[in-house]
Amino acid sequence: MRRWLIALVVLVLGRLRRRPELDSGGRIVPPGGPDRRAESLVLLLFAGATLCGAAVPVVYAWDAIPDQTQFLGLAFGLAFAFSSAACIVIGKRLVVTEELEEDYGLSHPDDREALEQLVEESGDRFTRKRLLFLAGAGAGSALGAALLTPAASLGPVFDVSSLYRTPWHRGVRLVDETGRALRAGDIEEATFYTAYPEHADREQMGAPVVVVRLKPEQLRLPDDRRGWAPAGILAYSKICTHAGCAIALYRKPTFAPVEPRPALVCPCHYSTFDVANGGGVLFGPAGRPLPQLPLAIDASGGLRAAGNFSGPVGPSWWGVRNHGARS
Amino acid sequence: MRALLVCAAAALLFVPGAHGGDLGAQLYGAGCITCHGPEGRGIADRGPSLRGAGARAADFYLRTGYMPLASPHTQPDRSRVLFSQRELAALVAYVASLAPGPRIPTPHPARGNLAEGQEQFTEHCAGCHQIVAEGGYVTNAVAPPLKHAGPVEIAEAVRTGPYLMPRFSAQQITDAQLDSIIRYVIYAKHPDDRGGWALGHLGPVPEGLVTWFVGIVLLVATCLVIGRRLHP
Amino acid sequence: MVGRPQPRRALVIRRTVRFLDERSGAAPFLRKALRYVFPDHWSFLLGEVALYSFVVLVLTGIYLTLFFKPSLAVVHYHGAYLPLRGREMSEAYESTVNISLSIKAGLLMRQTHHWAADVFVAAIVLHLLRIFFTGAFQKPRDLTYYIGLVMLIFALLEGYLGYSLVDDLLSGMGLAIGYGVAMSLPFVGANISQLLWNGPFPGGHDFESRMYMAHVLLLPLLIGGLILLHLTLVAARHHTQFAEGRATEKKVVGMPTVPAYAPRSLGLAFAVAAVLFLMGGLIQINPIWQWGPYHVSQATNGAQPDWYLGWLIGALRLVPNFDVTIGHYTLVPNPFWGGAGFPMFVFLVLFAWPSLERRVTGDYAFHNLLDRPRDAPWRTAIGVAFFTWIFVVFLAGAADRMFVMFDLSYRGQIWAFRVLVWVLPVVALFVAKRVCEELLRGEVVEVRRKLVEAEPVG
Repeated sequence: MRRWLIALVVLVLGRLRRRPELDSGGRIVPPGGPDRRAESLVLLLFAGATLCGAAVPVVYAWDAIPDQTQFLGLAFGLAFAFSSAACIVIGKRLVVTEELEEDYGLSHPDDREALEQLVEESGDRFTRKRLLFLAGAGAGSALGAALLTPAASLGPVFDVSSLYRTPWHRGVRLVDETGRALRAGDIEEATFYTAYPEHADREQMGAPVVVVRLKPEQLRLPDDRRGWAPAGILAYSKICTHAGCAIALYRKPTFAPVEPRPALVCPCHYSTFDVANGGGVLFGPAGRPLPQLPLAIDASGGLRAAGNFSGPVGPSWWGVRNHGARS
Repeated sequence: MRALLVCAAAALLFVPGAHGGDLGAQLYGAGCITCHGPEGRGIADRGPSLRGAGARAADFYLRTGYMPLASPHTQPDRSRVLFSQRELAALVAYVASLAPGPRIPTPHPARGNLAEGQEQFTEHCAGCHQIVAEGGYVTNAVAPPLKHAGPVEIAEAVRTGPYLMPRFSAQQITDAQLDSIIRYVIYAKHPDDRGGWALGHLGPVPEGLVTWFVGIVLLVATCLVIGRRLHP
Repeated sequence: MVGRPQPRRALVIRRTVRFLDERSGAAPFLRKALRYVFPDHWSFLLGEVALYSFVVLVLTGIYLTLFFKPSLAVVHYHGAYLPLRGREMSEAYESTVNISLSIKAGLLMRQTHHWAADVFVAAIVLHLLRIFFTGAFQKPRDLTYYIGLVMLIFALLEGYLGYSLVDDLLSGMGLAIGYGVAMSLPFVGANISQLLWNGPFPGGHDFESRMYMAHVLLLPLLIGGLILLHLTLVAARHHTQFAEGRATEKKVVGMPTVPAYAPRSLGLAFAVAAVLFLMGGLIQINPIWQWGPYHVSQATNGAQPDWYLGWLIGALRLVPNFDVTIGHYTLVPNPFWGGAGFPMFVFLVLFAWPSLERRVTGDYAFHNLLDRPRDAPWRTAIGVAFFTWIFVVFLAGAADRMFVMFDLSYRGQIWAFRVLVWVLPVVALFVAKRVCEELLRGEVVEVRRKLVEAEPVG
């Protein structure tokens, strides 16, 4: 009885060894019967893939086909899909699916010790290890900093004063997108205009302004901005003070009982600014009111800036309240 | 509510003598006078004056179904028009007769330039209506999609400035530019949509939905086919 | 064996193997590698979906670089698309319009590339959820997990840069917001953004070159290298597995690479390519010719980032309007909370989770077996709550579209979301915990029932 038990144990242990390829008469992969139906299916699928793949250059070259993109995509996609199906059928039905075992990785205490020893012994000859290490670290840091230094040329990282600068100053004429000067007489109520400083680059945040007109009795500007809206014409920066999108929505005054205040709205996160009281935030996440541009009407009736904005334009940064807008 | 007003108005047609030129006045008296007052003078908390609004505004508000409006505190929106063509014409004529006002515009979108239209629409309209006129949000209101707007309606809306929408006069947008804008809006109803199913031209939100509900679903299904489930 | 005539096929195989081994000495390694054992639960394939999406990205991306012009030089469009005729735009935008509308197969490649990017990140997120809820990040695989998180961050950045390269109206607005968020970093925001953009937004023309270099070379190399490291670590420590069948903490059970696993994996690769090309051909994505070129003074309603940044736009819209100031010094501008603080916090939690869990449970052991989500009720509950929090913020980003479509007041939605964002995760936590516990109890009952049934009657 005991002999049989031992034989059984040996047999079982033998089957669970890590090198099963020494079992079953020299085979590595266990044998499995044929599956002609699966084979035929794979043949069909490969045929499908071949057809679709061949269709790609045909569709590509045949200009008469409308919707080229769709048919090309269909041909490519189906070619891949057939190939995928073929591989899956092969994997599940035409090759033997074995369930093997392996050991999970064990610790390697001997090798670790050897590594530690290697490092230790390599440093045997040094007498001032700590000092040398510090010196080496110093050299490495200096080299690293040196390699990073040219990155400072990427932009004015130390001098951010250009963030205060806008192309507006006293006397700058307001022009529309074609370059024609805006005349106060042309500015109507209940609509909005986009204006730019004459002769300046328009693709900067400080350039575009929104111009609207209210009745002078509707204005509620702070005292220090009393002259800023001649004839009720107001100008505000077109760039939202939240994250920098263009404020392209104007909610015009409508019938009094339902009229929400006339407001400029940003389409990104819906910061809403009150045009009558100097750009205060009515709704939305903007943390700063919309900068207002003081206006003046010159002798020929044209609109000009009477100074720079009430504050820096665009999104806030650490210094946005430290200084006014510079010209 | 709206239907009630209009039915009341229509019922008046059966009152003897209420035909011809008086039709507009009759309809006005049945449905509009409660908010807009006698002779369109307006009522303080209910409806603005219509004197000087002209045929242009009246035609726009009535043909889109914006008016009649059940309450002055709701935003007018496109709804079923319950008036007949004859009634509409009569009502518009009546409002136009209250005081001199702008006529119904006659746009010519075919004369417009599509590229100029795209540029003008981006400049003046896309902030509210979205770049291909799918509509959008303005704080406290909706800027509707323009899929059902005809050329005359668009011209009327641009020149009138309904509800919160700005009013763009010919000084700001010339008639030629308006033709181009209308041509673009009509184009935007069926824009060049090559590349497959257009997902409503709304951008990344439906694209994200497709990513998960089409792409990921298909690929997870593939994983389920290839792999196996848990077994004890 | 000796002297038996060899069939032709066997001869070819013999010669190939001999060639390889003579020149590389790889036979022992290959012998082991080709019999490497893969546990084959279906959820273990999600990482591979991401991997194969990356391959499609690289290949279609290379194709696009052969036509795209990474330059902001101003040109006037004279191509076939009428609504843009004569319009002023950058070369970058013009070349993308041409790829889409004038170059054969260009639109297919572009759309496949963009869909692949969306699916790539989605697959990573799904894979991350699987890793988290089965506890696969536990020692010794925490390093693998950290590498995966870094790859996720790189993937987010890579996608953002990719669609921003085009300089269309939609992505230009997105870049402005990115600038606004960069500016909002306390103490250093302005400096970092001035460095990156070379001055105030929109910066110089070199910003396009910087985005291009990062998107086409730096990030793909980094992601590719990390993928290699990630896969090497997975292979070195073997894949984890559920406690089923013969699997134990010491033994991994599964199918070998050859002949069982390789065709399946290849099949998945082809399936990924199939789905991505079918989407690229049949479903439109990012029709930039409709958006028009970007200008600083222009905007459109309904602008959104790609889905994987939707959590950020939701956060930016939900945060109430305040800048944190000390006197005149603006310490924390508003966009910081939603655009930077929120994602930083999320990743901080994800990075810290393995060591946090170890410390709280006191379990410092190695784990090769996975938990089913119900087996770790606290981890599952907290994870569900955490991801619910992120998801509710994500939903808030689409509130304006829900207003236009379903007439739900936008302001009302914002307030509702501000409340739900804190309430729903708590609810989710309790529900998830309860579900886990009930499922576990149910299993005990099941076992008892089987024992009772197996007892002989009488």
